[in-house]
Amino acid sequence: MAKKNTDEVNFAPRGIGDEKDGAVQKGVDLPAPTKKKHKSLGLSEDDLKAMYEQMYLQRRFEERAMQQYQKGKFGGFLHLYIGQEAVSTGTVYALNDDDDIITAYRDHGWGLCRGITPNEGMAELFGKKTGCSKGKGGSMHFAKTENHFWGGYGIVGGHIPIGGGLAFANKYNQNGRISATFFGDGAVDQGALHETFNIANLWGLPAIFAVENNGYSMGTAARRHTVNEIVDRAKGYGMKSRVVNGMDVFSVYEAMKEVAEEVRKNSEPYFLEIRTYRYRGHSMSDPQKYRTKEELENYQKNDPIERLKTYLKDNKILKDDGIQEIEEKVEQEVLDAVEFADNSDFPDESELYDDMFAEDEPYFHN
Amino acid sequence: MAELQFREAIREAIDEEMAREEKVFIMGEEVAEYNGAYKATEGLLDKYGYKRVIDTPISELGFAGIGVGAAMNGLRPIVEFMTFNFAVLAADQIINHASKAGYMTGGQISMPIVFRGPNASAGQLGATHSVAYDSMYAHFPGLKVIYTSEPDDAKGLLKSAIRDDNPVLFMESEQMYGMKGEVSEEEDYIIPIGKGKIKREGSDVTVVAHGKMYHVAKQAAAQLEKDGVDVEIIDPRTVKPLDLPLIVESIKKTNRCVVVDEAHPFAGFAAEIGFLIQREAFDYLDAPVQRVTLPDVNAPFAKNLFDAWLPDAKNVIEAVNKVTYRN
Ligand SMILES: Cc1ncc(C[n+]2csc(CCOP(=O)(O)OP(=O)(O)O)c2C)c(N)n1
Repeated sequence: MAKKNTDEVNFAPRGIGDEKDGAVQKGVDLPAPTKKKHKSLGLSEDDLKAMYEQMYLQRRFEERAMQQYQKGKFGGFLHLYIGQEAVSTGTVYALNDDDDIITAYRDHGWGLCRGITPNEGMAELFGKKTGCSKGKGGSMHFAKTENHFWGGYGIVGGHIPIGGGLAFANKYNQNGRISATFFGDGAVDQGALHETFNIANLWGLPAIFAVENNGYSMGTAARRHTVNEIVDRAKGYGMKSRVVNGMDVFSVYEAMKEVAEEVRKNSEPYFLEIRTYRYRGHSMSDPQKYRTKEELENYQKNDPIERLKTYLKDNKILKDDGIQEIEEKVEQEVLDAVEFADNSDFPDESELYDDMFAEDEPYFHN
Repeated sequence: MAELQFREAIREAIDEEMAREEKVFIMGEEVAEYNGAYKATEGLLDKYGYKRVIDTPISELGFAGIGVGAAMNGLRPIVEFMTFNFAVLAADQIINHASKAGYMTGGQISMPIVFRGPNASAGQLGATHSVAYDSMYAHFPGLKVIYTSEPDDAKGLLKSAIRDDNPVLFMESEQMYGMKGEVSEEEDYIIPIGKGKIKREGSDVTVVAHGKMYHVAKQAAAQLEKDGVDVEIIDPRTVKPLDLPLIVESIKKTNRCVVVDEAHPFAGFAAEIGFLIQREAFDYLDAPVQRVTLPDVNAPFAKNLFDAWLPDAKNVIEAVNKVTYRN
């Protein structure tokens, strides 16, 4: 590394915690998971099986997507959510189906969890007309508005005010719904977040804002890009907040359930720092020189899918063959999706001009 | 001459200017420890340390504005944006502040700052990552805009930009960082801002093309040559200030003009050139000026739509056929 400490003047980030190469860093320390069992959380055995299936689907979908990308079946950016599946799954099970969800570009897991079928998802990655966004959006722009999933967004922090706007409309319409906005730790440095937090609390917007702190913004560890504890951001805006273990689906579920109830009842915003970890590089082109294998392996010991699998077995909800059955079903579904995407047509060239304006005959200036 | 990649030419320019002048520093997302998202700043942290090669948070408005303040106060910042698509968040600092502070204070403030980074689309990155911004910034007084097409121009012009006492937007194509080209080995190689270059001499039609579109025009010219059409290509290199005399002189010779631009059509670079030519060279034109641009449509993701969206050599050939009245 460069001559960091020998410079008389330097603008190296002061960050929190000391640099300890390879060690688990402060700032992404996982809080203790909930001790509650599924019944006291209000989850049935069927819920657990479905949650397991959902998390496994998200992972296999992305592993297959990565393989297809490497084969050159599609291009563009591919940001994988692998490792973070407990956040999407715990949230979607805790919220009502008509609560609004919006997220950043790491959006495949969210989309699948909110009802984008593996076929629609894979076809979108391939840029096919059968994709959830008709092949116009690609990896970063999955959306399914009929399921209140408002999409993935590519400008870091750009969608945070929009999440506030979804909540504004819900309050305006008095429909009892809330919005939940997810973003990465890198996005907490954007002005958009601060302006939105201020307004959200000022106007009492029924909105959950949740940072998925996976330790890194591209190649920059959280402690190198942002000062102090992220969860404390809420304080300056008089917002309630808490830290959640994002590697444990029960912990996410519990926190989201309680927070959603409070937000709905009081019409007030709430901030969650959900600590999790991304196993893959930032995108497919990232050589990941900024972290060690040991650090990654350390987090993988807390793998959310393995955790739930162990719980299912320890509590005699599923045996090995039951688990295997789910996994094989999912595997087949994902393979079918790849085939579906591969066999689907590209959009017709005339569709280039569709969807620009709401009119049937929009005006173009070419 | 040395064969360099685009990114290497940019790195050399920054390196040489940092070595020459202590007041020059660079900051941006992932420029230091990660060595740059597109590796344009590779090795600079090791050489210059944390004082002069500075990683920023994802806070475009904040760090662009900090650059503006530092420039006002005597430093010479190079602000890297991971792409100009993200610089939109900093547009207030660039458009409302960097471009105006000198004028508003009656010349008391000088603004020696360079904002640089990739411009326009790379492959299939979707609508928010594929916009060409050179036309937009050129709209505003007080800003200089450069979008080069070859490593040699990049090196010579970036060095000029860093030495300029005005805010300069220096744009690079995301798809061209790996592209190689001969770069002058002349010591302290400088190309003046505002001078275009005839990159291919021809007598039948003038094609004006800059940035990535220069290479599209070059391809078209090679094809057209086989069909017996002799294309002159002018790369203005700097969008603003624009080397209008060079373009006008060329049209006096060829009497026909096609402008190829990577931006959308309305109120863009191609529209401006079209207007200027009809004003300055109306009597020399044998056909209306044609333009090749993106359509008035956001960038699609699907590969086939993306390819149809981006101007290619075929589009240029069609336009040349129009101005030469060849079917
Ligand atoms: C405004 C803006 N600046 C920069 C980028 C480039 N970029 C894309 S993702 C990213 C890192 C974001 O990290 P984080 O918010 O922590 O999300 P994560 O990738 O960890 O999910 C950067 C710098 C961008 N897309 N938008």
